[in-house]
Amino acid sequence: MASRALPPPYKDIEDLVRVERLPTIWCPGCGIGIVFKTLLKAIKEYGDDIDRHVIVSGIGCAGRFAGYVRLDGYHVLHGRAIPFAVGLKLSKPQLEVTVVSGDGDIVGIGGNHFIHAARRNHDINVVLINNLVYGMTGGQLAPTTPLGARTMTSPYGNIEHPVNIPLLASAAGATYVARWSVFHVEQMKRSFLKMFKHKGFSVIEIISPCVIYARRNRMEILDMYELLRKMCKVKQNPDPREGEIDIVSGKPVVLGEFVSIEKPTYESLYSELVEKVRKNE
Amino acid sequence: MMGTKLIEPGKHFLTGNVAVAEAALLAGCRFYAGYPITPSSDLMHHIAARMVEVGGVFIQAEDEIAAINMILGASAAGLKAMTATSGPGFSLMEEGLDLGFMLELPAVIVNVQRVGPSTGIPTLGSQGDVMQAIWGSHGDRASVVYAPSNPQECFSFTIEAFNAAETLRMPVFILSDEFVAHSYGKVVVPDHSEIRIVERRRLDESSIGKALPFKVDDTVPPFAEPGKGFRFHYTGLMHDDRGYPVIDKEVTRKLLSRLMRKIEKHRNALVQYTVLDEDFAGSTMVVVYGSIYSIARTAYRRDREFRRRVAVFRPHVLWPMPDRELRSLVKELGIDKVIVVEMNMGQYMYMVRSALLDLGVRVEQLNLTPGFYPSPNELKEMVSKVMERG
Ligand SMILES: Cc1ncc(C[n+]2csc(CCOP(=O)(O)OP(=O)(O)O)c2C)c(N)n1
Repeated sequence: MASRALPPPYKDIEDLVRVERLPTIWCPGCGIGIVFKTLLKAIKEYGDDIDRHVIVSGIGCAGRFAGYVRLDGYHVLHGRAIPFAVGLKLSKPQLEVTVVSGDGDIVGIGGNHFIHAARRNHDINVVLINNLVYGMTGGQLAPTTPLGARTMTSPYGNIEHPVNIPLLASAAGATYVARWSVFHVEQMKRSFLKMFKHKGFSVIEIISPCVIYARRNRMEILDMYELLRKMCKVKQNPDPREGEIDIVSGKPVVLGEFVSIEKPTYESLYSELVEKVRKNE
Repeated sequence: MMGTKLIEPGKHFLTGNVAVAEAALLAGCRFYAGYPITPSSDLMHHIAARMVEVGGVFIQAEDEIAAINMILGASAAGLKAMTATSGPGFSLMEEGLDLGFMLELPAVIVNVQRVGPSTGIPTLGSQGDVMQAIWGSHGDRASVVYAPSNPQECFSFTIEAFNAAETLRMPVFILSDEFVAHSYGKVVVPDHSEIRIVERRRLDESSIGKALPFKVDDTVPPFAEPGKGFRFHYTGLMHDDRGYPVIDKEVTRKLLSRLMRKIEKHRNALVQYTVLDEDFAGSTMVVVYGSIYSIARTAYRRDREFRRRVAVFRPHVLWPMPDRELRSLVKELGIDKVIVVEMNMGQYMYMVRSALLDLGVRVEQLNLTPGFYPSPNELKEMVSKVMERG
């Protein structure tokens, strides 16, 4: 059991961890653990009835997130965490529903759901862990892979333009959009707290180093940490158009709060509609 | 008739699609997600208005994949949920159906069949999705497939489908088609108190901390509502009683056999069929289902000579198959030839053949061109031709 106890910095969140499932499948050096700890700390700090929180994950390394959290959690299909979460939220609005999954899962195979859930401004949270690659399946090209980067399916360097997630999210209608990296734990946590409070579709993208990505690009994982740490630039209210990631040619990765606006949610509009229709009958 | 309340007891004149929608609401369905596709769209139009009136949730999904995953999320939250689609949309839902089976989430999926494959003929019905509804899965699963033949059955089978879904905790199918969905017919709604409505067994909060999501002595574990403190994990991965993914021979065998046993165990309650054998003095049996049964039945009712020559066996539920019942009837009536009449290139025929394999009975197929419904007379002629083939 010794290996299953959490180290001291995790003591305050131990009751939210399925300790019996440790060790996780995540590679030593993977950034997901930092997001894990930070999100659970935010849930604790948010203070509200913890059992209202539900985690929904798709498939992938990041998709294993829900499985290690001791809350009601659903590990569903590749790309389909968002519609599953929408079904949960619409059926039980008192739940605080958070999707945690990978970039390939959410904006690759699940891209259509991402766009339309943002457009309808569903009151759910999306934590998108962007490791620039399909990690779980061995390091193939993701829609986020930077130009020039090597993956198993772009062995000579990627020629696809990557998606700019903050721009996509804001164009689709998300009402809270932020991006942080695993080096920005305090900002990340504050953003998570805002996201819980925010009424509407929140997207928080976390840039997270990946052992598989590093290996395919002939780096040690520590070099990748160093590279990302140097390239990340926090900005005050950056424009989503600044969200493009081009690390191979050395452009900074812009972090910050891209969007934070109020707009009626699907859930509130729906319940008003039901009330109105039923009154007129 | 409709108002804000549920459909009133008494006689109504409804299409099959509207009958399904009204029965769903009466059965307690309070979540519908769907994506438009002919010939199921009018079901969605009806429920778009009615769901708001009864205070449930209606949402038009961005595609069928979203629709199935939304209704699974709704079911996970504890609501009775439904979607309706047609062939191409049903194909898109396949992966979600298997997730529902693994997570043990009740749901009702209506497939208003049209002519396929591919876009086929959107406006005409067929029975081309029988195999897909029964077998369309990666890995093994078994579910319940209802095949209504008229609006009245659309109504009653839908209520039964919700009951089966809740009892078995799995997605259940209604396989109608354009012909049934768009024909008007009399629908008699019984007194609401006479309608049996089943609710899934639920864990009560006193078991928090003790209960596990998939631990059962029986075949179907009780359901735990999220947000109450159970803190259960659910995964589409092969999992143990705690819902945790494991790669283990014993766990795999145990879970798969329990999931499959759900159908076997409830088989007798699920299996339903009709036999027409008045005046029968021959040795041929016609097996027919869904909309084609309603045509065959008219031919049968109209013609005494036809009644003398054929007996009709008609499953209400295609799966689980009434195979034992079919076998004993074939023996009892001295049948030497079975003709499976269906509007596809031969699907249910294979199941009939395997059910009767060792009885020395000839199983012939009569395949109607998908989309082109014969009149009762034409159908009778076609059956006679197959009979004369010796
Ligand atoms: C329908 C379907 N297609 C493909 C897969 C295989 N698959 C599993 S995870 C994955 C990629 C995950 O990438 P990402 O979402 O970026 O997460 P990561 O593993 O990098 O955290 C793929 C393609 C699957 N499980 N289901």
